[in-house]
Amino acid sequence: MKKVFAREEYCLGCKLCEVYCVTSHSRSKDVVKAHKSEEITPAVIIESGENLSFALQCRHCDDAPCVRACITGAMQKDPETGIVKYDENKCVGCWTCIMTCPYGAVKRDEYNRNIISKCDLCSETGEPACAANCPNNALVYKEQEEEGE
Amino acid sequence: MSLSLKNPEFLIERNYDRCINCQVCERQCANDSHYYDEEMDKMLSKDENCVNCQRCVTLCPANALSIRQYPLEYRKNSNWTGEMINNIYKQAESGGVLLTGMGNPTPKKIYWDHILLNASQVTNPSIDPLREPMELKTFLGRKPGKLEFDENGNPFPLPPQLELDTPIMFSAMSFGSISINACRSLARAATASGIMYNTGEGGLHQDLYQYKENTIVQVASGRFGVHQEYLEAGAAIEIKIGQGAKPGIGGHLPGEKVGDEVSRTRMIPLGTDALSPAPHHDIYSIEDLRQLIYALKEATDYTKPVSVKISAVHNVAAIATGIATAGADIISIDGYRGGTGAAPTLIRDNVGIPIELALAAVDERLRREGLRDQVSLVIGGTIRNSADIVKAIALGADTVYIASAALIAMGCHMCQKCYTGKCNWGIATQQPDLVKRLNPEIGEERLKNLIRGWSLEIKEMLGGMGINAIESLRGNRLMLRGIDLNERELAVLGIKHAGE
Repeated sequence: MKKVFAREEYCLGCKLCEVYCVTSHSRSKDVVKAHKSEEITPAVIIESGENLSFALQCRHCDDAPCVRACITGAMQKDPETGIVKYDENKCVGCWTCIMTCPYGAVKRDEYNRNIISKCDLCSETGEPACAANCPNNALVYKEQEEEGE
Repeated sequence: MSLSLKNPEFLIERNYDRCINCQVCERQCANDSHYYDEEMDKMLSKDENCVNCQRCVTLCPANALSIRQYPLEYRKNSNWTGEMINNIYKQAESGGVLLTGMGNPTPKKIYWDHILLNASQVTNPSIDPLREPMELKTFLGRKPGKLEFDENGNPFPLPPQLELDTPIMFSAMSFGSISINACRSLARAATASGIMYNTGEGGLHQDLYQYKENTIVQVASGRFGVHQEYLEAGAAIEIKIGQGAKPGIGGHLPGEKVGDEVSRTRMIPLGTDALSPAPHHDIYSIEDLRQLIYALKEATDYTKPVSVKISAVHNVAAIATGIATAGADIISIDGYRGGTGAAPTLIRDNVGIPIELALAAVDERLRREGLRDQVSLVIGGTIRNSADIVKAIALGADTVYIASAALIAMGCHMCQKCYTGKCNWGIATQQPDLVKRLNPEIGEERLKNLIRGWSLEIKEMLGGMGINAIESLRGNRLMLRGIDLNERELAVLGIKHAGE
């Protein structure tokens, strides 16, 4: 399946991927409105250290620990697309998925709701907004086989 | 001195209706012009730090930013302009030489804009380059007066030639003055486009030896990074005598920019200033120049053309004649508007002559002396578009060098702060966090597109004139007419006035 890969040698740490992630998951799909009048937690996590940064998002594991750990069935792997999907209506906010994710790619909601935030590869729009809008091609959306992670 | 008299040069305007406090501008500014104030929950600006490179404007996802000239004006005075006054404040505080980057921005006459091209009507047909072949291939190097054959009737080999798919080359920019990613972009784009790029005098980074078919290696007064393997890595060798932005002046790469890689490539100790002397200390005459030309030819077994680059100065035609007789295969001339990574402002703005006039004078002089076939003529400083190239070739150039245009294609916004080493576009910097902002894959793509676009336009202009090969345009000054030029200017350019 196609996933988003980070190329840390070109990551600027500008965090535009966060901005476009929020926009892509908003109702309005407008950068300004999405940030000013909606409460959305970005699903990308920007790791940065001294002159090193990269954007991390859910790896959509084949045998996803978060899916196995989820006590309500809110986290499911879509057998067709391979996307690990999350249904916030079923989530009770137990945070087990956060504890089991080996990549640390699941986040708590930043607005104190009992839900989590994770990457769904922008399944609503079809193309991950973080990769589409990365100014330096430091995020690429492609098949996994081409190159190792 | 506690009170500085300097005022900000630019004003950052932020539309708070659109700003989403994402802080992208803050993270992208190497000059610390933006910051987030937690108490006010607002992004704020420090106008005095802004150099108007527009990195923040381009990356702002909300289109909330714009930058303009600081509106503060001095009392109107055509003699003491604001720039003159500000320069004095700067020097009164620093006691130093005014420094700058990129080419001469002063409003002096641009001759390209006073030259018009011809086109065919009725009496000779124009050619549609989309339907008929159009040749832009260019060969640089000494052309023999006639073909000679051995006893078996086989022609003797021609002197070494550089083959270009289109009459454009990337001009010298050293690794040191520009980042390794900018060098990579240029080298890859030159290779993909069938043209040359030039190492400048910074030596050749190990990663770039793979592009040697498309590399001109430069030997300058500092001799940085020059060794046998380096000379052999070039398709041609260029001796740099001068640069259009700073004729008569050496170079100075500050120690802060001489990191690990630059130090290894230039073969100088880490952190030391790289000083290029103003003259080559072994060249005080044309005869001395001849010795270096032949030393380099000997070293590379006469397999590569040797070029000599000079800046366009008053006596350029006579100097070019000397260079041709000294045995150079290519002469490249850099006009006074040519760019630089760092030069004293007043040298850049006041020394040298326009390339258009220098080119016309040199081509004319070489023809008169019967030397024109012995050397190819490359000009630069500055070529801004494909029409400038067509005009340059009609005035007598074989091909052109572009550098500022190439940098702009890679993202340069002409802020003229190259010398600070804090290029927010990842071009004129050695700071690792800034260098990686230029992804060489993107740089290569943008450069390739520029060369492709310009080549298509050159073909269109040639076709319009009813010419199907760039060779047929070379020195064809009848294809040019002047407007708004006086008789002296027309005479030096060797062209007629429009209507004649």
